[in-house]
Amino acid sequence: MTVETKSRAKHPLSRRTFLSATATAAGGLMVALYLDLPLSAQAPGAGEGVKYPPAAFVEIRPDGKIVIQVNRLEFGQGVATALPLLLADEMDADWSQVVAELAPAADIYRDPMRGIQMVGGSGSIRTSFQQYRELGARTRAMLVEAAAQQWKVAPAQCRTEASVVHGPGGQSAKYAELASEAAHLPVPVAVQLKKPSEFRLVGKAAPRLDSRPKCDGSMRFGLDLDLPGMKVALVARPPVFGGKVKSFDDKSARSVEGVRDVFEIPLVKGGSAVAVVGDGFWPAKQGRDKLQVEWDLSGLERADSARLWTKYRELARTPGNVAAAVGNEKAMDAIPATRRLVAEYEFPYLPHAPMEPLNTTVRFDGDRAEVWAGSQFQTVDQAAVAQVLGLKPTEVTFHTEMTGGGFGRRAVTDSHVQREAAEIAKRMRGIPVKLIWTREDDVQGGYYRPMHAHRAEIGIGANGMPMAWRHVIVGQSLLAGTPFAGGIKNGVDDTVTEGVADTQYAIPNLHVWAHHPTVNVPVLWWRSVGNTHTAFVMETLIDELATRAKMDPIAYRRKLLSPDAKKVRAALDLMEAKSAAWRSKLPKGHAVGIAAHESFGTGVACAAEVSIEKGQPKIHRVTVAADLGIAVNPLSVESQFQGGIVFGLSQLVPGGAITLKDGQVEQSNFDSYVPPYMGEAPLAVDVHIVPSAEKPTGVGEPPVPVIAPAVVNALAKLTGKRYRSLPLNSL
Amino acid sequence: METYQLTVNGQKMEATADPTTPLLWVLREHLKLTGTKYGCGIGACGACTVHLGGEAVRSCGVSVAQVEGRPIVTIEAMAQDPVGRRVQEAWVAHDVVQCGYCQSGQIMTAVAFLKLTPHPSDANIEQSMGANICRCGTYVRIRQAIQAAAQQLK
Repeated sequence: MTVETKSRAKHPLSRRTFLSATATAAGGLMVALYLDLPLSAQAPGAGEGVKYPPAAFVEIRPDGKIVIQVNRLEFGQGVATALPLLLADEMDADWSQVVAELAPAADIYRDPMRGIQMVGGSGSIRTSFQQYRELGARTRAMLVEAAAQQWKVAPAQCRTEASVVHGPGGQSAKYAELASEAAHLPVPVAVQLKKPSEFRLVGKAAPRLDSRPKCDGSMRFGLDLDLPGMKVALVARPPVFGGKVKSFDDKSARSVEGVRDVFEIPLVKGGSAVAVVGDGFWPAKQGRDKLQVEWDLSGLERADSARLWTKYRELARTPGNVAAAVGNEKAMDAIPATRRLVAEYEFPYLPHAPMEPLNTTVRFDGDRAEVWAGSQFQTVDQAAVAQVLGLKPTEVTFHTEMTGGGFGRRAVTDSHVQREAAEIAKRMRGIPVKLIWTREDDVQGGYYRPMHAHRAEIGIGANGMPMAWRHVIVGQSLLAGTPFAGGIKNGVDDTVTEGVADTQYAIPNLHVWAHHPTVNVPVLWWRSVGNTHTAFVMETLIDELATRAKMDPIAYRRKLLSPDAKKVRAALDLMEAKSAAWRSKLPKGHAVGIAAHESFGTGVACAAEVSIEKGQPKIHRVTVAADLGIAVNPLSVESQFQGGIVFGLSQLVPGGAITLKDGQVEQSNFDSYVPPYMGEAPLAVDVHIVPSAEKPTGVGEPPVPVIAPAVVNALAKLTGKRYRSLPLNSL
Repeated sequence: METYQLTVNGQKMEATADPTTPLLWVLREHLKLTGTKYGCGIGACGACTVHLGGEAVRSCGVSVAQVEGRPIVTIEAMAQDPVGRRVQEAWVAHDVVQCGYCQSGQIMTAVAFLKLTPHPSDANIEQSMGANICRCGTYVRIRQAIQAAAQQLK
């Protein structure tokens, strides 16, 4: 069982032909629209009504191997195991023979609900659950039909198991023997799907298909691509976002042996940069180091964290655009000052810093181009390359490369990395060029989780529960200036306010406002998006209110949760039960912190056992429970939750922040931007899944929001302090 | 450019490169051994860890000129190493990897560490593995896999 990226494999002719014939059947979208139209103005995605033909997704080889196309980027989240699992289960395929391939950009592989080929919003399983099951059921039906015709029996008399069709008279035929016959049969429109009780694979722990090649060095990631005659490019970008090249001296750069060309390229949003192309990384790097560039930074806003904080704090004290208005806005006036709590929070810019640095390879042949990229937005990135090169998207073959993490960083609506690579390829016609962003380029390159300020004023009722809640959030919009800008309603971008404006708690008088300042720093969704900061604010405040009310933090939450917050409630109950034993006998100097939050349709609750060692939190144990519908692959869910918890801790680790001074990013690599290492991670994380027969909801992002507030709530017990500014540079 | 005679995974190999070229890029681009990964280039993440004369070393921080004549072992040879094979099997059995990009370096670090410390405590593991970054956050499973491999090596 393996996962292969297809970039170096030839498509079977049948599928290639099929893809071009049905290129517009799936969504019927004009790719170019994505460049300048809001998503809401575009044609909807194909939806679940479209009947996806198996030929584009499943190939049964004569040796019994079943190759399944994965319509998503695999970058750690396990989708290249889970989607094949769904298909194979309905198909009754022999799982040990299943091979997953990452599909190239093509209309047929667009997200059935969202209309573009993408990974995001913890939606890969949610939006392809039905699609991949139907594909499996359709494939099975065609194989059964082929066998039934051969045996002159009714299909209903046949049964299937482990890639074999069994007939009523003891006949049997392997799928591989029936495949070519089945391929000529009409694709059935209606198919019967299994009941959850009939699943053979779904719901059981399935080890990843891609483990072994990732443990022996044989897995080829995008950065590992090696093509005949390939060159490597590095780019010297302006020190302030939006800067332009005034002039450059490339004499020393060109004197480096192995440097092949040095030239200016345009950047997105009006900037420009200098590309250095070499025979390999090191010559290109040396060339870039020796390059003398004079930058034109005139007229640019010089973002500066200290100045931004001053501005954000002021804004947080004024109402902005209305994000939520529930109950009476004057309710606070009736609450005495002694029963009010005012809290101001600050969150810095955060980089995604996936382990595989950003890269894209492009070869431009004049009338067509080929691209190799780890992309969360294949449709958008393919169109961007086409636009730069003056081609149609269909003239750009776009390979989806196996990718080393992303966390949102490879879902960029302006496709700036692919555009840079295409600009370089345009000049280097006929030569494949791999653009590599160094780690410094990545840490300093923008597209961060935005910085945010929150100010909440809470009026507490006589019963200790919040009566009135006034909350202002300040932070750049993620959607403004992108094709998704149509999602901004009444001046409010709900990717900034989600988790507060739609809080899971029943607060009788809730008023939420948002300010979205424009800042010259590119921003982007960071795993769990707005919930990264909103859950922190809500869950630390709820904890503080529980403490004031002298109530158990779990009981307090349960009392305050809105009646329809069923998933969080179920997660809270399970977490409480599973952690009861250890929570009741904490060692001296240890404390437990609780947090619960729903995001991407999934309810999550967590308890963290924390002590303080060398002035920093030491996390001994985390128990986390989640209600996420059917867990397609519980092993993968466990991994995602364990990993998501560590990712969420990125918010706390000292040095875990991006700051700017006079327009320039102050950090440059992992020595100055510090992610969690093993020592900052919990010693143990036990994950519990609420049994469910509901449709699957999000997995990748929902674990991220809960851990930072849980840890900080434990710290508050140990130190008596509240922590409202992240990261925790000191306790 | 100079030509260097290297011993990589027990084989004699030749590479012509600028003397300052880090071993990392010679392995990846000259010798096509791409299992060794570039993560930061400053020795802060451990993705490029190889064994140099038996020790875990960050290949981004040593130049090709410094390693001539010393045995270099990369992830590609771990299946032929008794400890390496155990560690790889433990990694697979514990479903450690997610994106997998850092795991060559994690495994190379773990193998060198287990050879020196066959019966590691949690604290030993944290000390030895504590300078390798995994952005997917597989640390809990890395700990489990190392303990399991240590058990099997007894």
